[in-house]
Amino acid sequence: MTLLAFDWAFVIEKLIVIAIIVFASLGIALYTTFGERKVAAILQDRPGPNRVGPFGLFQPLADGLKLIMKEEIIPNASSKWLFILGPGLAMTASLMTCAVIPWGTALHLFGRTIELQVADVNIGILYVFAVVSMGVYGIMIGGWASNNKFSLMSALRAASQAISYEIAMGLALIALLMTTGTLSLKTIVADQVAGHYWNVVYQPLGFLIFFICAMAECNRTPFDLPEAENELNFGYHQEYSSMKLGFYLFAEYVNMIMSSAIMASMYFGGYDLPFFDENTVAPNIAAMIGVGTLLIKIVLFIFLFMWIRWTIPRFRYDQLMNLGWKKMIPLALFNMLLTGALILSKL
Amino acid sequence: MQALTNKSIAVNRSPMTFWERLYLINIIKGMFITFSHMFKKQPTISYPEQKREFSPVFRGLHVLNRDEEGRENCTACGLCAVACPAEAITMEAAERQEGEEHLYKEEKYAAKYEINMLRCIFCGLCEEACPKDAIYLSETFAPANYTRKGFIYDKNDLLIPNTLTNASALAKAKGVEA
Repeated sequence: MTLLAFDWAFVIEKLIVIAIIVFASLGIALYTTFGERKVAAILQDRPGPNRVGPFGLFQPLADGLKLIMKEEIIPNASSKWLFILGPGLAMTASLMTCAVIPWGTALHLFGRTIELQVADVNIGILYVFAVVSMGVYGIMIGGWASNNKFSLMSALRAASQAISYEIAMGLALIALLMTTGTLSLKTIVADQVAGHYWNVVYQPLGFLIFFICAMAECNRTPFDLPEAENELNFGYHQEYSSMKLGFYLFAEYVNMIMSSAIMASMYFGGYDLPFFDENTVAPNIAAMIGVGTLLIKIVLFIFLFMWIRWTIPRFRYDQLMNLGWKKMIPLALFNMLLTGALILSKL
Repeated sequence: MQALTNKSIAVNRSPMTFWERLYLINIIKGMFITFSHMFKKQPTISYPEQKREFSPVFRGLHVLNRDEEGRENCTACGLCAVACPAEAITMEAAERQEGEEHLYKEEKYAAKYEINMLRCIFCGLCEEACPKDAIYLSETFAPANYTRKGFIYDKNDLLIPNTLTNASALAKAKGVEA
């Protein structure tokens, strides 16, 4: 009879929240690809995709349909299971991050309090870190299983890039954790809502380091060496076709959304709408306003990512390593020491 | 060695200053440049809906002309074929029979007149060579086709509609082509 003692409504509630968050992330990612092309076009004095549907709004659907309908090719010389596992792993890892992001405060529906967060893990940031570093396995496995020298080269690049920049990212985070004193993303956001300033005010250098490292982790220009078209053909997804390729491309955009959400939550107050008192409206409406605020912040970050992508060229590989090891890590260490000294002086 | 012009500018090879080496400021400068392009006028012409105006001297697809009575001007003299540097024009001449005076202007006419638009370089030499005002280059271009054969334009494709019997078709053709 232990089964009956289980809170089934809780399970259903969580499953619904998970389904909504995953599908919303995928939907946003779908339209991020469209946004990417539009932003690129507008920054280059072009109109961008405008043929499919009004203002070209159905373009991502057409792209998705095209990817699904295409022939699926698995090279003979590849290791088949790993070849299939690669894109799946990349996608899973990028979607798993959304579990700990607090999308808003709680909703009160049907006499229940529904938290707008899949799991409030007390090691939230550590979890994000673990999952993000798992993402590189998708690229590594895909690049290696393709049995193609260019793919392998790109996988090696991706792995070394991810490792180099994760260190600086982690050090920047430690400084943040020293000021907040908690690893739980929910508490971090709640503190920012309650406090006067967002964390970016206390940690400007830390945010800059984190932002640059997040860009490197997402393989975005100027850190898109793993898929450098002109030297590695197409990088790790060279041998991929059909929806497997789609998964890789998609995972990049989901990653972008997730790192934007993480940055918004950790440094820019998450679902906190500035100069607005949440207590003046009904709690459910306040929660929805919070979700909207977080989404706007995510969109702004994504725009920033794209804006940078279409402005500056790619780093050379030695420049990438120089920046990662000789600039970012010492800078992050300095930031950590500075934060520690300031905290100590205040005690 | 003395420089040939005074236009060359020496490359600045002085070592980068601290702010330049920081790279961030230059990135932000570059980002403002790209941002300013968001508000610039786009030079794009959305083709099927909007069309770029051709200049009046544009040399496009050929037309075979008629006179004011609607008779074909061409006498199949072959001067255009001779003038053609790409050898795109072929024709066969025929003699005008009794009762065909309303169709052809002179005693000889082109029974077959073909221009291969894949060979044609649209130089307009045929237009210049023609002594009878029969061939002109219009202001449109050859539309895409699925086969090579489709680009060999015969008399039906080239001849303009008859002014007298089919005035509306001519007006329509002019409206589309002009």
